[in-house]
Amino acid sequence: MDELRDLYQEIILDHNKNPKNFHVMEDATHKSDGHNPLCGDRLTVYLHVDGDRITDVSFQGSGCAISKASASVMTTALKGKTVAEARELFHKFQDMLTREDAAIPDLDEFGQLAAFAGVREFPVRVKCATLSWHTTMAALDDENKIVSTE
Amino acid sequence: MDTVHSPGETELLPADIEAIRREFPVLQQEFYGKPLTYLDNAATTQKPQVVIDRLRRYYEQENANVHRAVYSLGELSSKAFEDSRIIAQKFLNAASEKEIIFTSGTTDAINLVAATFGRANLGPGDEVIISAMEHHSNIVPWQIVCEEKGARLKVIPIDDRGDLILEEYEKLLSPRTKLVAVVYISNSLGTINPVKKVIELAHAHGVPVLLDGAQAVSHLPVDVQELDCDFFALSGHKVFGPTGIGVLYGKEALLEAMPPYRGGGDMILSVTFEKTTYNDLPFKFEAGTPNIAGAIGLGAALDYVMSLGFEKIAAHERALLDYATEQLDAIDGLRIIGTAREKAGVISFVLDSAHPHDVGTILDHEGVAIRTGHHCTQPVMERFCVPATSRASFSIYNTFEDFDRLVQGIRKVQKVFG
Ligand SMILES: Cc1ncc(COP(=O)(O)O)c(C=O)c1O
Repeated sequence: MDELRDLYQEIILDHNKNPKNFHVMEDATHKSDGHNPLCGDRLTVYLHVDGDRITDVSFQGSGCAISKASASVMTTALKGKTVAEARELFHKFQDMLTREDAAIPDLDEFGQLAAFAGVREFPVRVKCATLSWHTTMAALDDENKIVSTE
Repeated sequence: MDTVHSPGETELLPADIEAIRREFPVLQQEFYGKPLTYLDNAATTQKPQVVIDRLRRYYEQENANVHRAVYSLGELSSKAFEDSRIIAQKFLNAASEKEIIFTSGTTDAINLVAATFGRANLGPGDEVIISAMEHHSNIVPWQIVCEEKGARLKVIPIDDRGDLILEEYEKLLSPRTKLVAVVYISNSLGTINPVKKVIELAHAHGVPVLLDGAQAVSHLPVDVQELDCDFFALSGHKVFGPTGIGVLYGKEALLEAMPPYRGGGDMILSVTFEKTTYNDLPFKFEAGTPNIAGAIGLGAALDYVMSLGFEKIAAHERALLDYATEQLDAIDGLRIIGTAREKAGVISFVLDSAHPHDVGTILDHEGVAIRTGHHCTQPVMERFCVPATSRASFSIYNTFEDFDRLVQGIRKVQKVFG
């Protein structure tokens, strides 16, 4: 039961219910669709990149609580970061979810992203938590690419 | 939650169910300190001890390749293998054991028909009729052959309950129709289709019918002669048998006329570099060393089901379906997807407050195993405008208490997401 409580933390449930930056962005410079066929999650990530800096992030779509909350927290975490910082944060986030030996993330730096540490105990849910990130990376790499977690 | 239920005459008593449960070793396990509540039987069924023992006996005492050995051990394996074919023949009430082709499962059986019957009979402008509730395995093989041959796929629509719209089906039948391929029991909606009517209508146009019987065989008795279906596909693992084995039933005359599927050993009478003469039925369609153990295990599984008797199975499952439907219907914020007039074994549902994936994770921690997702029927999800559903599917060994635990679990989900 404790594992479950770690998974469905208040922060995650809140973001699921009231996701941040949950809208279409008309003037996006980058956009990508993500799809997890296993559970039917579908989302679109929109980015506005100015030079090297991500000035705005938003998303739209439907999915489970983990994928929706993760997308929501991600948008708040990425706003204002440079593209390089975003990539680095993604790798750290992924490590936290998948590597036993990953260092416990620094709460100051990681903020609400740390709430997803509990996902590590649920390997089938890792894809849910990383869908929005993969989609964002794809948007930065190549516009309008559809990402599938399969 | 207490269970008030009085069993009828043909029904299995709680003691009978207990006895059945004891025959399934998997069900004796616990997860997260809770008894396993296995409600994913549409994906695969558990195996009774008799099937496990039969596989073991085969490998310990009878293992040899079939049909080619002159020694006694090989005779044992060949006999056990062919005996299983006869059990399958009896199970389906096929006219001849030549009509029973062992495949690796339903998917393989449908692909066989698509690649042989389909390739031989479809041409530009011809049509294959399927339904809107097919499993991907009864969609994609037809798409592939239709594309290759310039033929078209026509789809019988379903209504809001999940019933086939037969008037629309009648309109689709035409001289261009070369085959109708429909599911007997839907794995995502639980609908039992009126296949006899479907077959009658097709036959009135001289069109043969393939039934996807993957879900049907564990829930109701199948008599292919009574149904008068032309092909029938099933998977062993969905009827208490091993994975990797299934059956394609086909009417002898149709099978005789079809070209072979795969080439190789066992499917030939003689081979020279100039010409190969194909073997007789059913071997013509069984190239290579078959899944001998699987076929023998399937025989044991079908014997097991027949010994329980479908009358009892059906009565028990009917009672479970009624009970479960009532319990789930009483939950606020829960909607059952699939409310056909005739249903079996499957209840799909969605919650207002939680996504199926989250439902599945929380239920797992209650020891309750259900499936979440699209159940390989994406067009059904689209039809009902849901990205996915949670699906509880049950079998002979499930109890009313299993559904009480499911309901408790759902209430827990609603509490988390309240
Ligand atoms: C209705 C239906 N048809 C076909 C299949 C495919 O069966 P298999 O994967 O055993 O080939 C399934 C299994 O999920 C099914 O439920």
